[in-house]
Amino acid sequence: MLKYILKRLISLLPVIIGATLIVYLILNMAQGDPARIILGENATPEAIAQLREEMGLNDPVLVRYGRYMLNLVHGDMGTSYRTNAPVSDEIFARLPYTLWLAAASIIICILLALPLGTIAAIKQNSFLDGLCMVLSLLGVSMPSFWLGLLLILLFSLTLGWLPPFGADEWKSVILPAFALAVSSMASVARTTRASMLEVIRQDYIRTARSKGISQGRVIRRHALRNAMIPTMTSIGIQVGFLLSGSVLVETVFSWPGIGRLMITSIQQRDIPTVLGCIIIFAIFFSIVNLIVDLLYGFIDPRMKSQYA
Amino acid sequence: MAVQAAAKPASRDARRHNSQMYDAMRRLAQNKTAVLGFIIILIMILLAVFADVLFNYEQTVIKQNYAEMCQGPSLAYPFGTDELGRDILARVIHGTRVSLSIGFAATIMASFLGGAIGAVSGFYGRRVDMIISRVMDMLMAIPGTLLAIAIVAALETSMRNLILALTISSIPKFARITRGAVMTVKDCEHIEAARAIGARNGTIIIHHVLPNCLAPILVELTISVSFAILTISGLSFLGLGVQAPRPEWGAMLASSRTYIRDYSYMTFFPGLAIMLTILAFNLLGDGLRDALDPRLK
Repeated sequence: MLKYILKRLISLLPVIIGATLIVYLILNMAQGDPARIILGENATPEAIAQLREEMGLNDPVLVRYGRYMLNLVHGDMGTSYRTNAPVSDEIFARLPYTLWLAAASIIICILLALPLGTIAAIKQNSFLDGLCMVLSLLGVSMPSFWLGLLLILLFSLTLGWLPPFGADEWKSVILPAFALAVSSMASVARTTRASMLEVIRQDYIRTARSKGISQGRVIRRHALRNAMIPTMTSIGIQVGFLLSGSVLVETVFSWPGIGRLMITSIQQRDIPTVLGCIIIFAIFFSIVNLIVDLLYGFIDPRMKSQYA
Repeated sequence: MAVQAAAKPASRDARRHNSQMYDAMRRLAQNKTAVLGFIIILIMILLAVFADVLFNYEQTVIKQNYAEMCQGPSLAYPFGTDELGRDILARVIHGTRVSLSIGFAATIMASFLGGAIGAVSGFYGRRVDMIISRVMDMLMAIPGTLLAIAIVAALETSMRNLILALTISSIPKFARITRGAVMTVKDCEHIEAARAIGARNGTIIIHHVLPNCLAPILVELTISVSFAILTISGLSFLGLGVQAPRPEWGAMLASSRTYIRDYSYMTFFPGLAIMLTILAFNLLGDGLRDALDPRLK
């Protein structure tokens, strides 16, 4: 197993390097000279030239990227143009909030999607199935930021149950996490239903039933485990959406996470911070995909043996 | 003689392909929800095309009218008016034009570029495939919306850059899907036959391989349009997409946020428009997938 994990970790490396290079190259095209942004409009050309030299801006872009990555490995993500503080400080101060929000969303998503999808599959073509599917279709189609606004309107402004923004108390996470979870939930529920439908038609399920095992046990012990693989893939894909969705939801709820940091940094043309945020997102996304792949091995030992 | 012999299987192939398409379309027409999605999209396209006939852009959509500001839904203004006194219905309808045109433009470009990359990768295999696949893996390692945000953040916000950002972030998906489809088709006998009569690789890819890969690409097209429309509204909501005073649903939602406490209707309709559009494309996409590949149902 360890060998397999190592192999996968090594194969992840070029993907992360490539993804960060792409992001670096894109943001390198950003308008405006960083030296001028730092020194302000009134700076003399000599001062700008000197700062450019100090910052290594005259080196070829690949050299700069290499230097950036070397620093990144040491936890240094450059200096913010806006605050002059290390980018990593700000990102690591905000990271727990984004992780908290993402974790809460995934938990909500799994807790609601698995039962919904399973029930819809067991009671295929019933009213309940139809309701689950209509709800999940609406959920997939609903933009998270609109849902967020509607939730604020209902639960904060009208009912006054939950805080509309910020992250001051534990209750604050409920609305943003739910807004973020709904579209993922809908998508995971649909996948669960489809894979469950496929599994419960198979012979071994009929065998289990004919042995007299109760319906609940057949579903839990026999069907669910095999139906989980597409569901896991779906959850893994959804984590990517959660990350990009968190940018929007954090903006709606003024949640002090990385997504919001990124947007304010874009508005202030603070490119190093934007770069740091996206790179953290990309690395996080790749690691989640790796974890999903590794989990396959636990759920379906056949997959593991392919790599052993 | 040789030409005739070559032409025959090709035309038979085309006929079979047509009838497969015909069967798929018939299955699609029997799927009520897919037809519903199709009708909604059709209505939206019509609204987008005739938006100017319904509401004058200069006078109703962007001109500020403080005498009428913040009026709730009424007969005169079914969706109410916004904080600058503009008719929200008119803006939502003109917003259809913005969203659909950017969404379609980006998706069509992405499908051509991604399709071409995927076809080359899948058809030639070996080193070409390896290099292209790795680059696509790298692009896929960045969630699409974030990639689009990065591109828009680096370039300035404009319609052109928005389309560029959406195109680039959709290319990997098309490339991957086309590659997979091409790889399953390229070893078929009719490809071998085409090669035997001396057809060039380009001809084989365009005339013999791609027509057989259309099904998954078509499904991805509808999904991709809905992704593009959702991303446009998301970017505009963040202030990185379509800029004022041009009416765009996400941008309208962003400006309605300030007034959510007192004028909540402003928040309602633009969001509903986004949801309805995405829903319609999802319904059509699901229907297309079922119709084109009955095994998946």
